[in-house]
Amino acid sequence: MEQLTTIGINHYLTISAILFALGLYAVMTRKNAIVVLMGVELILNAANINFLAFSHYNGGMEGVMFSLFVIVLAAAEAAVALAIIINIYKIFKSVDVSSIDSMKE
Amino acid sequence: MSNPTYTAIFYLFAAITVFSAAFVVFSRNVIYSAFSLLFTFFGIAALYVFLSADFIAVTQVVVYVGGILVLLLFGVMFTNNIMDTDLKTDVLHAIPGTFLFLGILAALLFTFYTTNGWMPSDTQLQGSVVERIGFETMSRYVLPFEMASILLLAALIGAAFLARYDNGGTNEH
Repeated sequence: MEQLTTIGINHYLTISAILFALGLYAVMTRKNAIVVLMGVELILNAANINFLAFSHYNGGMEGVMFSLFVIVLAAAEAAVALAIIINIYKIFKSVDVSSIDSMKE
Repeated sequence: MSNPTYTAIFYLFAAITVFSAAFVVFSRNVIYSAFSLLFTFFGIAALYVFLSADFIAVTQVVVYVGGILVLLLFGVMFTNNIMDTDLKTDVLHAIPGTFLFLGILAALLFTFYTTNGWMPSDTQLQGSVVERIGFETMSRYVLPFEMASILLLAALIGAAFLARYDNGGTNEH
């Protein structure tokens, strides 16, 4: 009970593990490329929670700065990935990642 | 910190985050997934506030909710014929995916709970970190900061170039 009512680092690590596993499930099982991208975002957020939890309980600023850069890179990744998905849709008329298997138009 | 109100608010935001993330993953409708992701991002931003990273929480709301989620919704609307399909996404490899999900979750939780070395430091982060982020950005992390800005510029120009409207190759000049 003491474990449950006192918020410690294990609470954050548990949430981050659940989010990571859910994101991995989405990446692995979804056919729609945009839902795959949402899974990647969940994984990145899980990593961010871990960075910030360790940074908070350790007292350093490294995790905070790293999570800031992770957010910046996630923005760049989402923009480029959506541009690629829109191009795939233009060529194949579908965003089903399991049916896109040719590299030529 | 065993303040009951603090604990209750933490569990509320944790539940919002985890259940909306589960809805993102298990919902068959892409639009429902995208809107559920909104609640996940807000819940994660609240957890960042609990971790005394208020600046990161605000950045999370601005960048993820204001930028990435809008991009994802645009992506959904560009790549589906709203009129004749029902915006469903099929499930592939459900059984191996479930095994991987449970396996990864069990392995991570086992590792976290059986590691006895999580010793909290005496000098944990307290209060706001905005001022310290400013100092760190302009001193130790100035090179990664500039590299990130160049990368972001290049990625956005590249994305705009890749996704530009092209009406069948007639504007080749």
